[in-house]
This record gives sequence, structure tokens and C-alpha cells, in this order.
Amino acid sequence: MGKYIAKRAGYMLITLFIIATFSFILMKLLPGSPLTAEQKVTAAQRAIIEAKYGLDQPILIQYFKYIGNLVQGDLGVSFQLKNQPVTSILMAGVPVSAQLGIWALFIGTFFGMLLGLLASIKHNTIFDYGANIVSVLGISIPSFIFAGLLQYFVGVKWGLLPIAFWGTPEQMIMPIISLSIFPMAISSRFLRTEMIEVLGSDYMVTAKAKGVSNFALIFKHALRNALIPLITVMGPMAVSLMTGTLVIEQIFSVPGLGEQFTRGVLTNDYSIIMGTTLFFAFFFILVILIIDLLYGIVDPRIRLAGGDD
Amino acid sequence: MENILEVKNLHVSFDTYGGEVQAVRGVSFDLKKGETLAIVGESGSGKSVTTRALAKLIPSPPGRIKEGEILFEGKDLATLSEREMQKIRGKDISTIFQDPMTSLNPTMKIGTQVMEGLLKHNKISKKEARKRTLELLELVGLPEPEKRIDQYPHQFSGGQRQRIVIAIALACGPKILIADEPTTALDVTIQAQILELMKDIQKKVDSSIIFITHDLGVVANVADRVAVMYAGKIVEIGTADEIFYNPKHPYTWGLLGSMPTLDNEEESLIAIPGSPPDMLNPPIGDAFATRNEYAMEIDFVEQPPMFKVSDTHYAATWLLHEHAPKVEPPLAVQSRMKDNLHANVPEERKKEGDRS
Repeated sequence: MGKYIAKRAGYMLITLFIIATFSFILMKLLPGSPLTAEQKVTAAQRAIIEAKYGLDQPILIQYFKYIGNLVQGDLGVSFQLKNQPVTSILMAGVPVSAQLGIWALFIGTFFGMLLGLLASIKHNTIFDYGANIVSVLGISIPSFIFAGLLQYFVGVKWGLLPIAFWGTPEQMIMPIISLSIFPMAISSRFLRTEMIEVLGSDYMVTAKAKGVSNFALIFKHALRNALIPLITVMGPMAVSLMTGTLVIEQIFSVPGLGEQFTRGVLTNDYSIIMGTTLFFAFFFILVILIIDLLYGIVDPRIRLAGGDD
Repeated sequence: MENILEVKNLHVSFDTYGGEVQAVRGVSFDLKKGETLAIVGESGSGKSVTTRALAKLIPSPPGRIKEGEILFEGKDLATLSEREMQKIRGKDISTIFQDPMTSLNPTMKIGTQVMEGLLKHNKISKKEARKRTLELLELVGLPEPEKRIDQYPHQFSGGQRQRIVIAIALACGPKILIADEPTTALDVTIQAQILELMKDIQKKVDSSIIFITHDLGVVANVADRVAVMYAGKIVEIGTADEIFYNPKHPYTWGLLGSMPTLDNEEESLIAIPGSPPDMLNPPIGDAFATRNEYAMEIDFVEQPPMFKVSDTHYAATWLLHEHAPKVEPPLAVQSRMKDNLHANVPEERKKEGDRS
């Protein structure tokens, strides 16, 4: 197992290097520079600033410089935010986004699985249809609609919860709920479909023929088999939830990564764009590795190289 | 001999969007202690449904036991609750399923799967259960049980998996073992091994076996008695000798005639024309009438009752009525009846056959 993880970590570095290279090139292809929006800068001033940030040098030199700094863990400084290092900006945004995302993922998946289980066990009954309606609504209605409705009713009309910002538990409730609806709907749908298939499989009849109780049938035999496809969808979803959801963070003024990334793109803030992109990529690859390891735990047929046998 | 199970007038139906599918329509038979009863018939004849109904393994809805009694040790299983059935399943009545590739849970160690029934029905510790499991795996001929008990189903071949399925079924020493086409999904050499194993085990554990198959060669090999099912009914039932050497029902003739033998190279197989009836709207008279070249007018009007041929042999065909014309089975069937005698029947029965 250790050998396998080491090998994967090696691939991870290569992947990150390639991503860094491509996003650097793509970013340079974008029209404009971090200074484009500054109207009052004279040509001379511009030259001074460009020289200061090394933007006057050939792109290849800039690239090698960037990679050199990157290897040393230096992501550069922001062009817009008063020369703050990108690492510290990330450090400020990541915990907030991750907190929001993890809660939403956890709560959404938990209730989604409950709903999916209920729907599959009570297949073709009113419970199934009810769960179905909830999950179709959750999938098809964008999260900002829920966010807006929550803000209007819970926040403004009834005055129960604050409508914006991040920090206190009260402030966290509404963004988390709005963000958790989609993972709930998705996991409910997937688990339901998968459970119905598993419950109808031959080995469930074998288990039943042993005299196994209905409870053990579902939780000991069926659930584990039904979880495998769910893991596949939940991985990428976890990444997108935890790396800052632009819309929800914007609506609730949550100072997460999503906000920083949008601002970075809008102002051509090269170092912010590169920093967040690399962070997203790193996180995504990490989650994929975790998913692969999880597969091995849940499904013995997927034995990872370097396992016991 | 004592009856361990009596099935009386069992009806099983499935409620579908198209209407009620009458899969089993009044099946009655009994099972004696220690005997092997084979149930034969083509696909869709209701043989699997009948036996699944015995352990109440029919998915419900859509399936339901509409009518009838399943008497096991004085209890009518048809009326027992799900909770009471859970105590009987796996302990008194176990089932071996057809396809070993799909009938084991892929994410559970095989030892755990065998142990599960042991722990459920006996008050024993995990350690004891593991010991018993090792013995069971040994009994079914799985090599190196100590090493393999903690492996997963995908690490075994089809034949080995079927041995594990058999070990699961045998775990609690069931009084009735239902084998639902246990060799159909296996290749021929493995089939023979599994059949040998089952015969071996029957001697050791003294269970009664209900053996479902559509392979008459297998029947000749294992069965004491044979029930032939067609369209949800038993059309002929008797000892294996009676069914093989003195079949009375034209459908049984058809089955025997369609069985290939090694001896007759030139002779072509006789197919039974047509296809089984639609069980959504079963025919009024004898369900086999439209495919039966010996059908009489009455076959299309009224269902034949069970006519007694001997104390152990019954057949549901109007041909046995006293007014019916004398009909002999087709020659091909007659010759096959003799072939069976040499090809598939075990030694002791061969001698009996030679005498008759």
C-alpha cells in the first residue's frame, strides 16, 4: 500500500507540473495584463511596474522563474491586493471554503443516503415517489434559488438567521443548507437506483435463504455493494464543494476561495489565477487518490497494486 | 417412510401490469425423509417458483402464495410470518442456487458468508463458528480452507464457488435442501463433481433433497422420485424407474424423446412442437393439449385429474382414462427409455432395469 501511494504521489507531481505549464501558457494568451485596468498609469510608470514584477522579460524566462519559485513553495505575490503573497491569500480562503464544503457534503450526503435508502426499501410506494420529487427538484433547481429563498424568508421576513458573512454558527447555517441540496439530491438518486439493483440480485436471495433478517440484509449485505458507484460521483463533487462555490459564496458574502478566484480572473491577477488553479488541481488529484483507496476498502475486487495478495 | 414435507394444492401468482400471472396452479406433492425428489420441466414451468415458495423466497409484491398449504413438521409455512420464516430458512430449509457466479456477495469474505447462518441459528461463539466453517469447507472439498476462508468470492472459480454455496446451505444441517439447478451454470466436468459431492453429502447429513433441473441425465443420476412439471402443474410423478421406464404422460415422452444420448448417432432428437402457454391466460383444458399429438377433444375442454398408475406413480393425462384409446409412447422414446438404462442409470438400478 505504501509503495502504491508513493507511486501515485510521483504521478501527482508530474500532473501538477503539466497543469502549471499549461495554465501559465493559457494565462499569457489572455488579452491584457494586470495593469490593463489601471487608466492613470503613464507609459513610464507602467514600464517601472512591469520591470518590478518581471513582466518585461520574455515569457520563457518568466515561466522558468515561476516554476523555480513554485518548487520552493513560493506562489508569488498578488498584483491587486497590496502585494500580499498568494500563499497567505489561499490560506485565508481555503479554510472557509473547505469548512462550508465539508459541512454541505456531509449533511447533503447523509440526508441523501437516508432518502435513497428509504426510497429503495419502500420501492414504488408513496415514500419512493416523495423522495423522487425531492431529488429531482434538488438536481434541477440551481442552488442560488434556494439561497435566495432562504435569505428572503428565513433571513429577511422571519428574521431568524443572518443573511450574510461567515464565522458564527448562525451565519453558517443558510449557506450550508443551500449548498447541501445538490449533493443530497444526487446521492439520493444514485443510492436508490443502486440499492434497487442490489436488492434484486442473486446474492441477496442467498442471504435471505440463510435466514438473515431484513435489517441485516440491507445494512450488512446491500449497502456496501450499493456504495461503490456513489463513491465515484461523490469524489469530484467533494472537490467542487470544498474549493469554493462561486455563486453561494457570492450570495452570502462568504470570504472563500471562490470569491478570490473570480476576482483574480476579472483583474488578470496572474499569481492569484495560477495559485488557485494549482490548488484546485492539487486538491482534485488528492481526492481522486483518496477515492481509489476507498474503492479498495469497499470493494475487494478492486485490489490496488501492492496489496496483500 | 415418513413425510417431512407435504405440499397441498399450492397456487403462486404474480401480479403484473398485464394481470395475474399464474405461475403455479395447484401443485401437490410430498417429500419423504432422506429421499431426493427431482422436479423437471422446461423453463417457465413453475419449478423454481414452486420451490422458492416453500421457503417463502418469492419477492412479494408482485408474487404471492394465493392458495394452498406447505406443511412442514406440522406447521403450515404458508401462514407463517416473515419473522418466523427467518428462523426456518437456512436452519430447516436451505437452498442452493443456480448461478454460483452471482449468488455470493462480492464484498464479503466467504468465511463470513458461511458463518452468518451458523451464528444466526446456533448459540455459538465466533470462534466455534469459524471452526465449523472450516469443517464445512473441508466437507464440500474446498482445498486449503484455512488459507481460503478469508478470501473473497472473486478469488474462486465457478465450481469452487458452487462448493461454497453448498457449504452455506449445509451450514445448519437442514432437513430439506432445495437445489435449484445447481449444476446448470457449470461446465460438464465440474457438473459431475458437484453431483458427486451432493450425493456424498446426502449420505453424510441425511437431508431430504428437492432437486430442480431440466437435465434428465442429472435426474437419472440423483433422483429417487421424479415430478414432471408443465405450465404450473405436476403432470406426472413417480419413482425414477417409473418415470424413465414407464412414462405415461405425453409431455414426459416429449422430454425423454428430446434427450440426446451417445448411443444413437443417426437418430435425430424429437422436439416438442410449439411453446408453453401464456400463464397470464392459462388454457381451459389440459395446458399441454395444443402441443400434444395424442390430444383428444376432452383435453381442450377439461383439465385431466391425476390418474393413478401405481401406488407411487400418478399422471395427469386423459390417455389413462378407461375409455381412452390405447396409445404407446413413440418408438424413439421407447428406444431412449432403454438407452437410459445403460447410459445414465447408476449400477444398482441398471440391474433392476435388466430384470424388468
